[in-house]
Amino acid sequence: MIRLENLRKNYGAFRALDGISLDIEEGQIFGLLGPNGAGKTTTVKVLSTLIRPDSGTALVAGHSVLTDPTAVRRSIGLSGQYAAVDEKLTGYENLVMVARLYGMTRRESVARARELLAEFGLSDVAGKRAGAYSGGMRRRLDLASALVVRPPVVILDEPTTGLDPRARLDTWEVITTLVRAGTTVLLTTQYLEEADQLADRIAVIDSGQVIAEGTSTDLKGRLGAERITLTLTHRDSLEGTLRILDRIIGEPARPQADSSGLRITASAPLGQRDLLQVLADLDEEGHSVTEAALCRPTLDDVFLDLTGQPASARPSQTPADTAEVGV
Amino acid sequence: MSTLVSAARDSSVIAWRNLLTVRRTPGALVTGVVQPVIFVFLLAFVFGGSLGGGPYREFLIGGILAQTLTFNSSFTAVYLAKDLQLGLIDRFRSLPMSRVAVILGRTSSDLVTSLISVAVTMICGLLIGWRITEGFGSALLGITLLLLFSFAMSWIGAVIALTARSVEVAQSLGLIWLFPVTFISGAFVSIDTLPGPLQAIAAWNPITAVATSVRELFGNAPPAGFITSTGWAADNAVIYAILSCIAVIAVFSPIAVSQYRRISRR
Repeated sequence: MIRLENLRKNYGAFRALDGISLDIEEGQIFGLLGPNGAGKTTTVKVLSTLIRPDSGTALVAGHSVLTDPTAVRRSIGLSGQYAAVDEKLTGYENLVMVARLYGMTRRESVARARELLAEFGLSDVAGKRAGAYSGGMRRRLDLASALVVRPPVVILDEPTTGLDPRARLDTWEVITTLVRAGTTVLLTTQYLEEADQLADRIAVIDSGQVIAEGTSTDLKGRLGAERITLTLTHRDSLEGTLRILDRIIGEPARPQADSSGLRITASAPLGQRDLLQVLADLDEEGHSVTEAALCRPTLDDVFLDLTGQPASARPSQTPADTAEVGV
Repeated sequence: MSTLVSAARDSSVIAWRNLLTVRRTPGALVTGVVQPVIFVFLLAFVFGGSLGGGPYREFLIGGILAQTLTFNSSFTAVYLAKDLQLGLIDRFRSLPMSRVAVILGRTSSDLVTSLISVAVTMICGLLIGWRITEGFGSALLGITLLLLFSFAMSWIGAVIALTARSVEVAQSLGLIWLFPVTFISGAFVSIDTLPGPLQAIAAWNPITAVATSVRELFGNAPPAGFITSTGWAADNAVIYAILSCIAVIAVFSPIAVSQYRRISRR
């Protein structure tokens, strides 16, 4: 449904896309995961005909973005990183405008706008200006605008960036129930959790290149899904703890101790079960800990695992961090 | 659907959207309404006394109309630049809509602003003794010419917005050219009092032609002391005004559209 072949795009000396190739099947939700500056938005812009690649080809629903951009525009619905709604217009007017611009008659546009407002739970605020909407409502209106013509391909560029956790969950639900419905979805995100939740297949990109691709289970297997962090009470316990980690988790653990020799992190493919066993054995062998934690890997961890170095442009925001910043 | 039909349709949708915005932020109209009022009273009563009094006030209105509509091009520059900065423009550009629509929609909806400016200027004119003394048809032709002129100036504003790419730059670029262009003309004075080179520029300045045309069409004679200009542009003011509007549109609209096509933000 979407095929990218060796796409390249430079901005001066900066290589935004450095030979990206992807093949996205019909009906799939495909997650493009990467930090800021990895090339996610550039890929989206090429696919939505906003910019032309320097070289390479991109086909969307069988149409080339280079030779037949109009046909591509007819086949896609785009929801951008910053909700592209007209703040001065009401939610209803926004949808009517988009429908009219897709070439629908006035009557069809009005009917479709009403229908979408109801589906997206915006009927109550249909007559209010979009400028007065909350972040989550705006995002829903933006998603609704992308679905006006029920396009075969929907492109979502960081659909939850800047949303609070509740609005994020809400948006996820909209994506899985409404956007999904048989369409092919390309979703970009900097949150591993989001790609994991929504996507059937994930490609990790960094510096304009695909560095890993697979189903979310594939990747999680490769990335050491969760991590254990232990803080020891005594430095003497370090040796014993490393032995226990090796015994229970084995090679995937790849434990790392910090310079104090008190704090150890290790991958834990079985998550909770690994942690419980490690704690049980520590207890049995008489090692005490002041802190033990199990965390999901962040995008940074993924990059550390895949490339051996931190992400080139640090996103370093977990969903929780963003929530604190607020909208 | 043919290209022309879809261009007209999509532009009218954008114009509708622009007018809704204007209706909801009427403050944006203040400049378009207040500026002609200020200029009418300023020129009529501060300069008017030295320039011929009552007859000058009658002469003045045609000039103010041409000047106000030229100034209105800065609205196009500012509001189009604002639109280009919105995330919304990415949506427009990803839609299968006419590539002309965002700009043509703007230059069309700005005609409504201009019509309001024309009405306000005329009301001020009536208050200071200006009258239309020619027939209805002639007056209607005058107003149509003013709108054509305003539409042409709007395309210059559009090119400024697309060149500037930021609201601040569009705002200053959109304003600075207006002062020399409107004042080196026959809008407010008899151009025969200008020094040689300026006189030549003013004689061929389309603003002179527009001001002269509407004075002719509304039946406003120059004050007794004013030397009437001669030359082709002055003798055929209406034709020259129409031709120059068409020329401006023919030059600036393809530039604007090709600039819009080429925009690639970041």
